[in-house]
Amino acid sequence: MTEPIVQYRDVYKSFGDVKVLKGINLDIHAGEKVAVIGPSGSGKTTIIRMLMTLEEPTSGDIIVSGENLWKMEKNGKEVRANEKHLRKVRGDIGMVFQHFNLFPHMTILENCMTAPIHVKKEDKHEVRERAIQMLERVGLGDKIDNYPSQLSGGQKQRVAMARAVVMRPKIMLFDEVTSALDPELVGEVLEVIRDLAQHEDMAMVLVTHEMDFALDIADKVLFLDEGVIAEQGSARDVIEHSQNERLQSFLSRFRA
Amino acid sequence: MEVIPQVAKGLQVTITVLLASALLAYLLAFVAGLSKLSNNVLIRKATGVYVEIFRGTSLIVQLFWLYYAIPMLFGIQLGTNWWIGVIAIGLNYGAYLSEVVRSSIVAVDKGQSEAATALNMSSFQRMRLIIFPQAVRMMLPEFGNYTILILKSTSLVSLIGLHDVLYYGDIIRSTNASATPIVYGVILVFYFILALPLIWMTRKGEAIAKKGAASS
Repeated sequence: MTEPIVQYRDVYKSFGDVKVLKGINLDIHAGEKVAVIGPSGSGKTTIIRMLMTLEEPTSGDIIVSGENLWKMEKNGKEVRANEKHLRKVRGDIGMVFQHFNLFPHMTILENCMTAPIHVKKEDKHEVRERAIQMLERVGLGDKIDNYPSQLSGGQKQRVAMARAVVMRPKIMLFDEVTSALDPELVGEVLEVIRDLAQHEDMAMVLVTHEMDFALDIADKVLFLDEGVIAEQGSARDVIEHSQNERLQSFLSRFRA
Repeated sequence: MEVIPQVAKGLQVTITVLLASALLAYLLAFVAGLSKLSNNVLIRKATGVYVEIFRGTSLIVQLFWLYYAIPMLFGIQLGTNWWIGVIAIGLNYGAYLSEVVRSSIVAVDKGQSEAATALNMSSFQRMRLIIFPQAVRMMLPEFGNYTILILKSTSLVSLIGLHDVLYYGDIIRSTNASATPIVYGVILVFYFILALPLIWMTRKGEAIAKKGAASS
């Protein structure tokens, strides 16, 4: 097997006195679809926020394509990463948020174009075409000149996914992307994720409460409990063969 | 009616002082508002001193300081009366407006900055492309309100000998006391007419602010 695209090595994270993650070791391979499940407050979201550089680990290393994300070399010594280093290493990572976080002062199309143009310095016309194609793919080709405030929650989240994919990430992070949606809008968002999982070769990490969906599309499932990865493996292994009692009782809550 | 053309002679000063001091105030507001968010403690503290001094003392006294006290103490003339009026009003309202700038920037939802980070923007790009445009929308109504206040404060420059509408009104009254009610009535109307476009702009600003900013 090839070198993993992301490696967590003994990663700890505390917020004040609260220890959220207590030693995470995890490999994510190129193209792998990983579902992170577990009770609220188990640290699921924190795992991917650290990879997106939105939270800094208290200790441990996160290696992205062979580079240490949060540390860099300076005069032969290992020091805390500066912004330049973070930008270099996180360039292949994209993220979709629970609350969409679309830019409200830009149209849907501008939301999808601003980063490729300003961050990756790509050609405006090429980006525009790619963004329109992507918006058509998520079913919003007729909304490109609308503002986010004119869209439903499900539509907003589909734009957010298009915006992230237009940057061509190698790793996409999904942070409870259906949790803020009305139940009848969840399906259309999951549809897009399924489409991405089947047709894009990027790695995907989904933090989710949509259990059946996650188990359906994931190559690997992580069960996070009290800050550690209590169980990991293929969906089938984790669900059907795990002896972990807390996992079984967690799963049973999702089965009527 | 002699009053209206007489008072109208002061319009030029009132309007130019309004425009110049408002521009100066806006400029200072952005400089001081951004400085207050700087990572550098010294810059933050120095800006805080400026803001608190000019917010915490009276505009008339500031005007008299610049006009009477500083030339006496340091032997320097800051400029013509017109400039002194503009500088005093600009410094004063710049201090107030810097708080509007600062609080609007802080009020932009944290998720906006996070989404920009997830698109690999630098901190400067986050500010320029995402945070600042939304913060400006939130600032617009307050900027409108303060500009109306600036208009009314320009009447203070008659106290340092500038010939604005109030100055000309006072002159008529001192020579013809019976005209007092009509003189001040005309002046009120003048200020109100000048304020109308500002009031309209403030309304416009409120409408723009309502759409297009994610506040936490």
